[in-house]
Amino acid sequence: MPVPEIAQSFVGSVNRVTLGALPENGGTRTSTITIGGAKNVVYAGSFSDAGEKPVVAMDVLDTAPLDWPDELAKVYKDLWESPEQWAAKCVEEYGADMICLKFDGIHPDKGDKSPADAVKTTQDVLKTVGVPLVLWGCGNNDKDNKVMPEVSQAAKGENCLIGTVEEDNYKSLTAIALADNHHLITGAPLDINIAKQINILVSDMGFPTEKIVTFQSTGALGYGIEYAYSIGERQRLATLSGDKMMSMPVICDVGYESWRVKEAKLNDIPSWGDPADRGPMWEATTAICLLQAGADIIRMRHPRAVAMVKNYIDQIWQ
Amino acid sequence: MALTGLDIFKLLPKSNCKKCGMPTCLAFAMQLAQKRAELSSCPCVSEEAKQALEAAAAPPVRLIKFGAGAGQVQIGQETVLFRHEEKFHNPSVLAATVSDGLSDDELAKRIAAVNALQFERVGAKIGATAVAVTNESGSAEKFAAVAAKVADNVKLAMVLCSDSPEAVSAALAKTAQFVPLIASANETNADQMAALAKANKCPLVAKASTLDALADLTEKIKAIGVEDIVINLDCQTLREQLYGLTRIRVLALKKAFRSLGYPTMSVVATGTADKQVAAATSLVCKFAGIVVIETVEPSAFLPLLTTIMNIYSDPQKPVQVEPKLYSIGDTNANSPVLFTTNFSLTYYTVESDVEASRVPAHILVVDTEGTSVLTAYSGDKLNEKAVADAIKKFNVEDIVSHRKLILPGYVAVMSGKLEEATGWEVMVGPRESSMIPKYLQEVWSNGGN
Repeated sequence: MPVPEIAQSFVGSVNRVTLGALPENGGTRTSTITIGGAKNVVYAGSFSDAGEKPVVAMDVLDTAPLDWPDELAKVYKDLWESPEQWAAKCVEEYGADMICLKFDGIHPDKGDKSPADAVKTTQDVLKTVGVPLVLWGCGNNDKDNKVMPEVSQAAKGENCLIGTVEEDNYKSLTAIALADNHHLITGAPLDINIAKQINILVSDMGFPTEKIVTFQSTGALGYGIEYAYSIGERQRLATLSGDKMMSMPVICDVGYESWRVKEAKLNDIPSWGDPADRGPMWEATTAICLLQAGADIIRMRHPRAVAMVKNYIDQIWQ
Repeated sequence: MALTGLDIFKLLPKSNCKKCGMPTCLAFAMQLAQKRAELSSCPCVSEEAKQALEAAAAPPVRLIKFGAGAGQVQIGQETVLFRHEEKFHNPSVLAATVSDGLSDDELAKRIAAVNALQFERVGAKIGATAVAVTNESGSAEKFAAVAAKVADNVKLAMVLCSDSPEAVSAALAKTAQFVPLIASANETNADQMAALAKANKCPLVAKASTLDALADLTEKIKAIGVEDIVINLDCQTLREQLYGLTRIRVLALKKAFRSLGYPTMSVVATGTADKQVAAATSLVCKFAGIVVIETVEPSAFLPLLTTIMNIYSDPQKPVQVEPKLYSIGDTNANSPVLFTTNFSLTYYTVESDVEASRVPAHILVVDTEGTSVLTAYSGDKLNEKAVADAIKKFNVEDIVSHRKLILPGYVAVMSGKLEEATGWEVMVGPRESSMIPKYLQEVWSNGGN
């Protein structure tokens, strides 16, 4: 029995965004990444409606992390003093599509590193790996405003993804990202209205909406993922209905959120299974859940979780 | 699909006889559409109209139950494509496999492993909800013996997985009273499997590799007299599976396509545990009613069960934690007391940051009806009285010997009133939860205490 056809009436699609600049485009990247392009809800319509493959951006910190659980820390701890070698390992051994350089160390409470330190880290990583970069501030507005413009300049021409700008702090980073020709991450605290508002504010400054990637905040599995999930689905529906201020690709921060939960961290609970398995499983399931709601870039940490997610993506987006 | 008042009106006698108590047939139709009246109130309605209206009132995805007693589960009766539109109603059933090819020793171990898949998370019990006995031996006797043993030793709903009617028949002879789900009927064995399902009053899985073939198969099974059907789109790739499940849900909800208006079952029993977990996670999110999985590692089940819990939570109701005094770490009478609200996201963020501080501390959770700190404050659900009541109710003054209360930085403005209402010294904590570790380590440990 032939089943009925399902008619489509969507008018919008997720913006297609290319990150990274090759030498012929004024950068030094050896590869670029293109994301977005979906013109349906996840897994509806034809395979080609899904657009570009989602990608994994692996986290590299500019300082030795103090609070990483053992199972995660042991993978990287020999590389903590050298973000560029850390990044190289993620790209060469773990297949990172991008590197997210996270400037935790500039935070006044986490090392208070100087703009010069951050610039050097950026340059070192740019020299060592060829994939496109995400450059992500520390979350302290004053310090981000001091440091991130210099980081942006140091990566000028590389077409990085830089952020985040928030409703109450967007002007300086937006201006410098525009000048240095980067893409920009607009952040909102699990609130779809603020998400749209910050996109409007940034575009009012003349920043092109097609160069924005949105960050709606991420909840880990078991710790609020359902909010991020439904915001993801609602954002996709808004995109498909033609809302240009909501048509950006989406980035999620899965690594940070999933490695701070009990299930990934605690060691002495045998009924939960081997701690060596739990953390990677938690990170991977969090990422795969969010892929069901339409994520385009996923920030991750553990190589086994990255392998699970990349294998999953390869099965679905061919 | 729901009929409008006018659709219903067309099916009524249009005699305006008023016997239903309404002035006109149109008024009655409108009441019916809003489910404020029953069709039985109309004595004149034709048999044909009755059938049409009943069919329209049937749920677009049929509700299926299997298992007996406390182990019974139900799936289906879903109404939306996206959870934010209303909610997903009946959580996916996660079924662990038990093969009939195992030796007695292995079987006992496997059963113990399946029985261990029960956890407690945020005050709720979650766990494997079904066990799927597979007929890898190919022997009907072995299948029946293992099914009987599983039924006796695992108090979960059971799925009998075999394409052989002989094997299913033998297993049903020993387990029919547990109402197992029979998996599965296919194009070649449908007549026999449907006869077994009908005779034993058990639901039946229809398995085919395309939607067209599935629709044919469910119609065939239904014609034999089995209405409780679960469908299994048995295609080659996970990708086809996910697109297929999405299409099934859309066809059932938006096209009222009855032949696929059943809950679904998916099987991910091959590959590494990592690969199975990845596939099962996506299937749970994308409408699978039952996921049969081969791994029985707790580290695989816990995230999958949590996924089910989260995706099937009600988006209209904020998830709350129980208001009380929580002790994090090895606390004593000198440990700091922080208060926050009972919105689960707020609480878990604070809890995780307090844990990260490695400073044992009490968290006083104030009942704010599941709202966050700022929302609760602006809605006057978080005020000095609510905090003072919580201190009293949870005997905080007996538990700690000091009288210092750490308040969330965002509501520093309530410090004065709070000191008056409680008699405690109020210390203004950080605005962002992520700064709690630093606060506890530096401010509390060095000066506050």
